[in-house]
This record gives sequence, C-alpha cells and structure tokens, in this order.
Amino acid sequence: MSDSQTQHSAIAETSTVRVRRTRWQRMRILLSRAPLTAWFGMVVVAIYAVVTLFAPLLAPYGEAEVFSRGDAPWSREHLLGTDRIGRDVLTRLLYGARNTVGIALGTTMLALLIGGSLGLIAAINRSWLDQIISRAVDTIMAIPGLIFALMLLAIFGASILSLILIVGITYATNFFRLTRSVSLNVVVMDYVEAARLRGENMVWIMAREILPNILPPLIAEFGLRFIFVFLFIASLSFLGMGIQPPTADWGSMVRENAHWITFVPFVPFRDAFFYGLKPLLPAGCIALLTIGVNFIVDWFIHETSGLRDV
Amino acid sequence: MKPAGCAMSDRASKDLLLDMKNVHIEGFADERWHPIIKGVDLQLHRGEVLGLIGESGAGKSTLGKAAMGYTQPGCRFTAGEVMFDGQELSGMKIKDKRHIWGTRISYVAQSAAASFNPAHRLLDQTIRASKRVGDRSEQVLKSDAVDLFRRLNLPEPETIGLRYPHQVSGGQLQRVMTAMAMSPRPDLIIFDEPTTALDVTTQVEVLSSIRDLVAQFNTAAIYITHDLAVVAQMADRIKVLRYGEEVEQADTRTMLSSPEQEYTKSLWSVRSLEKPEKSGEEILLTIENIDAAYGASKVLHDVSIKLPRGRTVAVVGESGSGKSTTARVITGLLPQLNGTVTFDGAELPRRLRDRSKEQLRRIQMIYQMADTAMNPRQTVGEIIGRPLEFYLGLRGKEQERRVIELLEMIELDASFYDRLPDELSGGQKQRICIARALAAEPDLIICDEVTSALDQIVQEGILNLLQRLQGEFGIAYLFITHDIATVRAISDEIVVMWQGKVVEQGMKQQILSPPHPAYSELLLSSVPEMDPDWLDNLLDRRKHEGVSDPAQTGQDPER
Repeated sequence: MSDSQTQHSAIAETSTVRVRRTRWQRMRILLSRAPLTAWFGMVVVAIYAVVTLFAPLLAPYGEAEVFSRGDAPWSREHLLGTDRIGRDVLTRLLYGARNTVGIALGTTMLALLIGGSLGLIAAINRSWLDQIISRAVDTIMAIPGLIFALMLLAIFGASILSLILIVGITYATNFFRLTRSVSLNVVVMDYVEAARLRGENMVWIMAREILPNILPPLIAEFGLRFIFVFLFIASLSFLGMGIQPPTADWGSMVRENAHWITFVPFVPFRDAFFYGLKPLLPAGCIALLTIGVNFIVDWFIHETSGLRDV
Repeated sequence: MKPAGCAMSDRASKDLLLDMKNVHIEGFADERWHPIIKGVDLQLHRGEVLGLIGESGAGKSTLGKAAMGYTQPGCRFTAGEVMFDGQELSGMKIKDKRHIWGTRISYVAQSAAASFNPAHRLLDQTIRASKRVGDRSEQVLKSDAVDLFRRLNLPEPETIGLRYPHQVSGGQLQRVMTAMAMSPRPDLIIFDEPTTALDVTTQVEVLSSIRDLVAQFNTAAIYITHDLAVVAQMADRIKVLRYGEEVEQADTRTMLSSPEQEYTKSLWSVRSLEKPEKSGEEILLTIENIDAAYGASKVLHDVSIKLPRGRTVAVVGESGSGKSTTARVITGLLPQLNGTVTFDGAELPRRLRDRSKEQLRRIQMIYQMADTAMNPRQTVGEIIGRPLEFYLGLRGKEQERRVIELLEMIELDASFYDRLPDELSGGQKQRICIARALAAEPDLIICDEVTSALDQIVQEGILNLLQRLQGEFGIAYLFITHDIATVRAISDEIVVMWQGKVVEQGMKQQILSPPHPAYSELLLSSVPEMDPDWLDNLLDRRKHEGVSDPAQTGQDPER
C-alpha cells in the first residue's frame, strides 16, 4: 500500500468513538430531564392503566348492579351516589374506564394498522395504486366524521364490533396521510434503492427498511389520535349511538346525568353540589386523560424532533 | 505554529481585524458535551485571505462560524475570546451582534440553492442586509448590486437580479451569494466551502470571481474547504485543522512546498496516487445504443460502453451529463427506451423485477453518500449480513463469521459488528458499503462517485482498498466520477460523457494525453492543481484561446 509516513488506519478514523448507551441508561437520562407536565401525564396515564386493568377488583359493586334508591346523593354505601335507575356511580366510573379506554385503544390500533400499511404501500408504489387509495381517503375525509359514523352506525347497528370498525376506518385516513408523507422522505433514500436492487420484496422493504425510520412521528400521532378517538367514542355514546347500556361508559354517563346540570336547584340545597358533580365526574375523567396523554405526546415530540434550544 | 503566528502579527498589529485566542467550543450530542474546538488561535489582518483546511469533523466550519461569534444550536463557547475590530464577540448580546452580522461580517454558505429564499427576487435578497444599515438609498444599493453582478461576470447583470433563485444555475447562484455578502462592504467574509457543490468547470469561474472581488475591495476572508488545490488558489495563508486542533499554519507557498507536520505531508501526497492501465480481453458488460428518458425529457442519447472483466472503466463528466442515468439503466432501475445491456454474454431484462436473483447478485452498487446508503437503524452486522442471507443463504453463526471475514477484508475488525452507522466515520461508512457489495460476491460493482464526499486521505484509503479487492477477486468496476485525480488513480479505461452522449472513449493514457476534443479539454483543464499559480495560468491561457465561461454560455439547470 502506498500509505505515506503517517500510518493511516481505517479503524482509527474517528477521533472519539462514541460508546452507545444501553436502552435502560438512555431511558433514565430521558426521564431525568422530563418536564413536570410530562410527569403529570405519566402519573395520570399510570393511574388510568391500573384502573383499566383492575376495575373488577377495585369496584365496590357489579357493573350493572341496581340498587333500590335512584339518584342518591353521596353516602357511605355509595361514595359517589347512584344514578337515576340506582346503579353505583363509582362502580360505573371504574368500569367505564375499562370500556371507554379499552375500546378507544383497540380502535386506534386498528386505525394505525390499516392507515399505516396502506400509507406505506402507497409511498412505495407511487403509481395508480397510490392515486386510488389517496383519492379514496380524500373522499372519506371530506365527509364530516361524526355524521359519517352516525350514518354507518345507524345502518349496521350500534354494536361494539361495528363501533370499532367504523371509527377505526374513519381514523385510518389520518394515519394514512401521515405515514404516506413521512415514508416518502425515506423511500427516496439510497438504502431503500439498495434493497430494491438486491431484489427484496415489498413486505421486507416496508417492515425493515422504512418502518423503523418513521416510527417516532407515528407513535406521537398514535397518542394524539387515541385522544381524538376517545373523545369521538364518548361523543357517540353521548348521542346514544356508541357503547350501549348496560355496558358502563363515560360518554353515556354524562348524558344520563345531564339533566342535573339544569335541575340542581330543585334538590335540597345541601346536596346540590354533589348532584351537580354527577355529570361532571365522567366528563372530568375524559378531560383528565386527554390532557395527560397530550402532555406525554408533547414531550415525546420535543425529544424526538432533535431540536435543541438555542 | 507559534513562530508563524508571531511572524504574521508583526506585519502591522494595528490592521489586525480578527483575533481569536484559545477558542474552545463544545457540542451537545447524545446527552453529553463533546469538545469540537480545543483551543485554537486565529489572527486575520485586513485584506488577508486565510484558508482553513481539514477533513470533515475537523471543526473548520465551527471555527469559521465562531469567527462571527456564532455557534450553531447545540454548541457553546466554553473558553477563549473572539476579538473583532476591538469588540469581543463570543459573549456579546445577540442584539449587538445583529449590528455586525450581515453588515460587517458576512457569510457565504456551501449550498446557495438552500440558502436563498425561493419567494423573493435575487436583487431584493442581495441588498437586504445593506438596507438595514440605512446609510445608502435603495436606488444606490440596487445599482451597486448590478455593478457587483457585473464584476462577478454574471450574465445580463442588469436584469438577473429580477429573477428568482430557481431561475439561475447553481454556479450563478453561488456568485449572487458572493454579491450579497459583498453588498454592505463587510470587513470580513467567511466562505464555507462555496464551490464544493459545483462542477469543476463552473468552479473555476466562481473561484476567479470571488478572488478578484475580494482583492478589489481589500476584504479579509476566511476560506473554508477540504480541497487543497482550491485553497492554494485562494489563500494567502493556510491553517490546517484536525480533531479541533491546529496542526500547522504557514503562508500558502511555504505550506505547499515544505509542510512540516506528518499529517499535512500525508494530505499533500494523496493526489499522487496512480496505477498503470491494463487492457482486458474478455468483455463482461456491453451496453449498446442506449436511449433513456425521465418522463418526456430524454437524458441518454445512443450511449454505448464496453467493460472488460476485472478492469475499471471510469465514466467522467459534470452533473447532468448522464453518468448516473447510465448506471440506473444498467441496474434496471430505469428501463431504457432503445438499446441493449448484455452481461456476461446474456442480455439483461430491461426491468429490475424481470431480472433473476442471480443476475441481481452479480451486479452490485456503491453510492456516493454512504450516510443515506445505509439504514440508520440497522447495525453493521445486519447491513452486511443481509446480502449473505438473501443471496447465499448463510444464517446464524456461519453468517456472523463471514461478516467478520468481510470486515477484515475492508481493514476493519469484529468490534464494528454491533455498531450503528451513526457511530462510524465517513470513510468507515463507505467501507461498510463496499463490504455489503462484496458480500454478494459480484462480478461487477458500479461505484457512483464513491469518494467525492470524502476527505483526501480517506479517499486514498478507499481507492487503495478497491484496487486491492479487484486484484484479489477480479471484480470489474464501473467508476462514475467527476474527479480526474480519482480517474488517474483507479481506471484502466475512460469514457467521457457530456449532455447524455459519449464524447470520447478509450484507454486511460490515450484519453488523458492531448489532443482532446473541445469538451474533454475544458473538463480536464478545469481540475484544480496543487500550484498556487494554476488558476492565473489557466485563465490567461483561456483568455488567449477564447474558451468561454461554461457558466455563462447557457448551460442552465436542466430542472
């Protein structure tokens, strides 16, 4: 070799070799710098997760158990009172977490799966297939979501399965758009071309070459969309086309107790506050989770964007 | 280092414009602060041009920006001072820096295309900074800008300013940016690799324009580049950086004739790499009468190239000449309109998806940008292991052993197996790409500008490696490049392309020695040489021969 006086070695080319941290170390550093809002979000989500998983253990009564006294105020037997037909509100809230959050989570995953894979296919294909899917998605997005879902639910009936499918497909459009646009930046990379030249099939290119590189925005979108789906399902339930009784859920709980908002003055003044809280409690549960997840997503986006404060 | 600095400072300490002392800068990455600049001194006098050279990661751009008192987001000054005309910049408030940036110190970036605002006319952008000063009327500034355009040899200086950035070529845009930097008549201009993204033929013109203008206005300049031959034309004095520290500095002629440090000498010696040509008997790849087009615009016209087994054919030409398109036709990414590609006696199907796995295995490709040619989420082991599994069916332990064998073949070792591309240097990345191509045990490797993004010393290592592998395995290379030094170092035969046509084709000696067709002559003579008088001589010669400025004679951007 014609290496000159300096012994040049390819191994020693970098001045400092960066030692990669383990996943655990990186996680610890990340958490140590998490802002207060992110911690708030994480605590909220953790509480919700526990409640969702252990609802039957935590709840004092059965999900659809009816007691003799309806519309009871807060008492020792019924910590948050009972609703109009005499079901324990606390129990309904705990089970509601399981149902509403569980269904929203499943629906969002379905939407991610459908939208994500179609988006990847469209980005790789970029021909007539891309055109067909994209225009179909545009069409669905042009119809107001709530009305679209109400119409379909009226046609197919308001079962949990059709709820998940319909809302899932409605929200898949957002995932499709995001996945397609971030994948387009990756598809043009030389390593994707190298994989194509190697003769790899589309599934490999999608799953191994592109997906790992677009994961951060997809995860962030998942968090945000989860909230939207969650609110959407709650709205559907509030309108009476979502989760059907006797299954407990927060949207329908708000509706069932909505009359208290206006009728509070007619109950003994001593209890007015507690009655007023009845519709607000499930609504507050919805709001709290929404805010918590939002905080986490904000923090995640900030961390993965690579932006550094000037 | 010290003596050189003292010799400069006694020239006249009162016209000292910039004095950076013991500058330390750190960058934040991976949750840690890393030193980028480790205590560099830099003095610059009025009217002086200082060349900063070094490989990528040496800290030359960071140091150049530090001369403005600026650090990129995620970087910080930790020690030292930057005295600019009596003012300390590194600790100055941003509000005060604004009175200096863009007016007293201006900056010319590497990528002009990315630095202009596409929504505003060139003239408005050119005078933007001067308008802020407010001591001259807009009318005066505009006519001054037109005058600068004229001095920079831009075509139609009166009206070019009315165009938008996408309406002029890259070389012209780079000159407009120089005019923009010059418009407020700054005391100091920092040129950060202003010609690296340009073709050699355009580079000559931009270099001479910049040099003349800086001399006319007696502006001080810091010229940052990794190309020694370029800096030799531009600078009065050269400072060599490595790993954020100064290696040595001296005035240009001393530096070129007698560098002191081993590292500098090794940089200087790289361009001397050469190999004897060998002709090959058996033809491996033949492409005949290829026409190809992107959509409606035809980019290849009747291209025919023959490539012998175990030899290297270099395809040279500037960007837009169809070199890379030819490679895309051979690999099947862009099916040709007419003509045939014959590989080892059999005609290859036009489309990628009609080719068999065996045909794909035998032709491999290495890219210019090793960064984008490797998936950032895969480890070296996965990257090299995949073709082994895909083509040869190697798995598990067997695959791992072969990957390590390949790593040793490219002069790396098993410790690289688990690394991610981020944890490699530019040269190491390119080596991994070579190993990936090698893993398929190909007969032909298409190398698309594989060394042009690398520093000289790393280039030499890569070229030597490719040479050795050819000797060991008899692989043929189709080597696409615009760099004549690289061509000398590696090729047996040369194909010169221009605007989608083959201009000249033959053995290396025959092509590189005169007489040349007009285009080959222009291309070959535009390659900078390590001689401080090269640019002057070239411009003189061209003036006499009446060779026109290629950046002016309508080679507008094709897109």
